[in-house]
Amino acid sequence: MDFTQLRAQFPTLEQTLEGYPLCYLDTAATSQKPKRVLDAMVQYYEKDNANVHRAAHQLSSRATSQYEAVRDTLRRFINAERREEVIFTHGTTEAINMVAYGLTTQIKKGDLILIDTAAHHANIVPWQQLAQRTGAIVKPIPLTEDCRLDETAYDTLLRDKPAIVALSHVSNALGTLNPVSSLIARAKQAGALTLVDGAQAIAHLAVDVRSIDCDFYVFSAHKMYGPTGLGVLYGRYEILDTLAPLISGGEMIKSVSFEATEFNILPNRLEAGTPPIAEVIGLGEAIAFIDELPSVETARQESELICYLQSQLEQLGDITLYGAHKDNIGAVAFNLAGEHHQDVGILLDQQGIAVRCGHHCAMPLMQSLQIKGCCRASVGVYTSKDDIDNFITALTSVKELLL
Amino acid sequence: MSQAAQPATEAFLALKLDSSEILPLFENANNWQERYRQIMLLGKTLPKLGEEFRIEQAQVRGCESNAWLYHQKIDNKHYFLADSDARIVKGLVALLLAACHGKSSEEIANFDIEGYFDQLGLTGQLSPSRTNGLFALAKAIKASA
Repeated sequence: MDFTQLRAQFPTLEQTLEGYPLCYLDTAATSQKPKRVLDAMVQYYEKDNANVHRAAHQLSSRATSQYEAVRDTLRRFINAERREEVIFTHGTTEAINMVAYGLTTQIKKGDLILIDTAAHHANIVPWQQLAQRTGAIVKPIPLTEDCRLDETAYDTLLRDKPAIVALSHVSNALGTLNPVSSLIARAKQAGALTLVDGAQAIAHLAVDVRSIDCDFYVFSAHKMYGPTGLGVLYGRYEILDTLAPLISGGEMIKSVSFEATEFNILPNRLEAGTPPIAEVIGLGEAIAFIDELPSVETARQESELICYLQSQLEQLGDITLYGAHKDNIGAVAFNLAGEHHQDVGILLDQQGIAVRCGHHCAMPLMQSLQIKGCCRASVGVYTSKDDIDNFITALTSVKELLL
Repeated sequence: MSQAAQPATEAFLALKLDSSEILPLFENANNWQERYRQIMLLGKTLPKLGEEFRIEQAQVRGCESNAWLYHQKIDNKHYFLADSDARIVKGLVALLLAACHGKSSEEIANFDIEGYFDQLGLTGQLSPSRTNGLFALAKAIKASA
């Protein structure tokens, strides 16, 4: 598949804004969706629409087998050991909440929870809530000056035997990559349960949960060319099976009487209610799309784009880059001289450029960088060198206007 | 908006903004660069609020940048002072004030904010989903009048 063919699969990208071709550099917030993902969802609604796991009729049976087939696809995609280790959630945020809530009775007063300073709020707030319920203590793992996780400080914190270590695979705001395998191995040695937020990694890296050896790995469908409102919680079976369900109700029970309820086994125990069926089917198609990409080439192209983006920004001048490393995944964060990120965002938007400007749902990180916010340009498989060039041209006019 | 401290009445009255003078500037702007240059120049006509007034109680929610709004009713007319730490947002705020500053409750109630921004060639800036918070500011102005 050549690049033109690949890009042509994304209908959203074929539009102009304010007379400029749309230049979508906000894939880290949500990726665009290939037509085959949209088609698969329409096909389900037009042909197979029925609830899963319940009815005796053929439509339900078709819907159920498609839905459950995606669980198998996911098991293979992330190399989980068992299909029951794949739980469908509403997204990364819900998945982390499910873990943090599900561990409530296992966490004691004074237990230590280590979190990543560069984490987005979804991997901070649920742990704070867990700490409030249990009396546990949440501590951030500091960053080095170049915005990487400070591994010396991390090892020192591990000496206090944390109960939980929650990390990001790739930072949401900055695109910095954490060496998760090594970090997780050390956390495990210290006796901690481990969770990796893979929301920003899953579309860019081959993720192998067994090789990472974490207890939990979470991600969202919409950042990997799939639909919104769907995420995945992977959990090592023995640990996952100990989680108290955050949501109870239909589907997750074995038997209910007015005296007592017996919960179902995994995965149903953690999937209460009617799941997002069309979205799960759409995700299956998104994975098929990713599987067909020549992975080595895609990774090389994305990494070249990121380096090109960084060097073009540097050449433009009056730019501060945050945590820009050659091994960044998918995103580059920056500010233009002393200008407010929102002014830059408004003027870029005027030229059809879509980037994220703000605190990126990572306010503690912004505090540690001592900034109010920044702009973030992020790429996907459909991003071209022309997109970067258009972006730099637009940013040059922003600079002329503001400085 | 209940505020602990209020700028002095003179400060409200000292602000002179008139949309009839501003509109031609935008009509004569022949590209977006010129339009935004005018917005930023206009922003500079708004006095900078002192630190004592850049407080949470005066902050308008829904802005990615910080924006503060003060209101006073003098002789049955509404007067405003506002500031933002982002330059374009401050200019957009000035545009909004230009249409409402020194007007009566009835004039403000009848003022078609969307039409006004369309006329200025700034369609889309005034939308509840925009993080610049202009919509929230417009709502706050309408509510205070």
